[in-house]
Amino acid sequence: MSSSAIAVSGLRKAYGDKVVLDGIDFDVAAGSIFSMLGPNGAGKTTTVNVLTTLIKADAGTVRVAGHDVVTATRQVRAVIGVTGQFAAVDELLSGRENLRLMADLKRVRSADRLVTRLLERFDLAESAQMMVAAYSGGMRRKLDLAMTLVGNPQIIFLDEPTTGLDPRSRRTMWEIVRELVADGTTIFLTTQYLEEADQLADRIAVLDKGRLVAQGSPEELKRQVPGTHVRLRFADPRELDAAARVLAGATRDDQELTLRVPSDGGSRSLRALLDRLDEHMINAEEFSVHTPDLDDVFLALTGHASTEAIAQ
Amino acid sequence: MNTISTSFGDSAIMLRRNFKHILRNPVTVFNGALMPVIVMVMFVYVLGGAFNVGERYIEYVTPGMILLAITYGLSGTAVSVSSDMTKGIINRFKAMNVSRGAVLTGHVVATVLSTSVAVAVIIGVAFALGFRSPATPGDWLGAVGIIAATAFATAWLTVALGMAAKTPESAGMAVVPLLLLPFLSSAIAPAAKMGQGVRQFAEYQPFTPIIESLRGLLAGSPSGGYAAAALGWCAGIALVGYLWSRATFSKRA
Repeated sequence: MSSSAIAVSGLRKAYGDKVVLDGIDFDVAAGSIFSMLGPNGAGKTTTVNVLTTLIKADAGTVRVAGHDVVTATRQVRAVIGVTGQFAAVDELLSGRENLRLMADLKRVRSADRLVTRLLERFDLAESAQMMVAAYSGGMRRKLDLAMTLVGNPQIIFLDEPTTGLDPRSRRTMWEIVRELVADGTTIFLTTQYLEEADQLADRIAVLDKGRLVAQGSPEELKRQVPGTHVRLRFADPRELDAAARVLAGATRDDQELTLRVPSDGGSRSLRALLDRLDEHMINAEEFSVHTPDLDDVFLALTGHASTEAIAQ
Repeated sequence: MNTISTSFGDSAIMLRRNFKHILRNPVTVFNGALMPVIVMVMFVYVLGGAFNVGERYIEYVTPGMILLAITYGLSGTAVSVSSDMTKGIINRFKAMNVSRGAVLTGHVVATVLSTSVAVAVIIGVAFALGFRSPATPGDWLGAVGIIAATAFATAWLTVALGMAAKTPESAGMAVVPLLLLPFLSSAIAPAAKMGQGVRQFAEYQPFTPIIESLRGLLAGSPSGGYAAAALGWCAGIALVGYLWSRATFSKRA
């Protein structure tokens, strides 16, 4: 077996004449986090469904843990865990019973111990006896992921695991993902958030309209994207002129009366920038720090905003 | 790994899951066990007195009520099959090495077992309301066989309907014809007294031989012809339901 946990080449899938995946290739190293980044409708979920044996591709080969997903489906299923975009939990069972169901189906020995441990790890011990119908969205997501972990799968697929979660639950989710990788698990993660991919992934692939438009480490990708910058808005064109004269390397927008100044976003460089404005008695109406987001990546890589992919 | 024992084990796990669902949904419990009792009491005390069926009405209507007890629980099964298919949980099972048939078998067996409870309740209530039967233990055994075959056949058909439905709500609607059919059979009143058209329909639809064979067995005068027709219908319905379920499952799954 090679060191690739997942190897995909020439993957194509169309529904009728709508092409969803238009020939994509990528490799995921064992024990790493691979993130597929893209807007809604880019084909992320379709990719996950093919990789997890849920749907068949029209063309291309996919090997998961060295097994072909078409000819060795059972072997693939035995080593993967999947958390889909919508919580796949049983609403009429309690949290404990949901986990127990997974443990039973996977014939886990000492299931009770495992279930209790997972409930504690995911902060669900208190609501373990409650029916899942009464769980909040965040609790469902956590239970869903806990169910995926039953049986210690080698490769875990997470389809937009933090979409719709509050910031705190998102952090918890990230922690768990990091712990899993530390234990040697391979993670395939899809997300709409650049920050998430940046935080977690060893490699990122950007998917747009069924094609991979870029692949690389977070650093490599961000080099192709306008970096963090400060945005200043002025009350009138004269003030904008004055500011543009004293701030070298800034990009101006005369219509919006704004100036974009590259910056690392740190407090020292921000103070230096403000001091400079002060020295010249220039007053900005508005001041904000921008970090690159998915839109910037898309604009830089594809020449269109991520929202256009949704609209079309 | 032994595939047969695996799929048997998986089915047992699914059965346990479906049983918990049934017990936790008050509507299914009500529809399955209480509704037939209410209908029975209503027919025996309110409407039955006006019918002339040539014998005590309770004796006439009990076999029909047993059939109602079988069909009333079905909407719960259809809704729960459809919920499984439309909410994410089925994808979880599919991405695991869970036996493909276990999800379906679990629903069918759970339905047959809960139906048996409903039938036992309705027979108990019938006796409490004055039903008496000269049937021998052999006749009773035959009746149990017909009841089990009917429950099994309608369960498979219902699973297929639930599987084919787009939403749980429409799945609930899809079984309504099954709930209405007993009323258009000789369950409540003899087919011979029905209007032109309805009468022919009642005479030839599958529930009539099922009810008539039950009626014969419980009256201690079993009819081989009706029993054969009843079992034939059950085998046919079960086969259609089974094949349809399998086909829809592999298409959607």
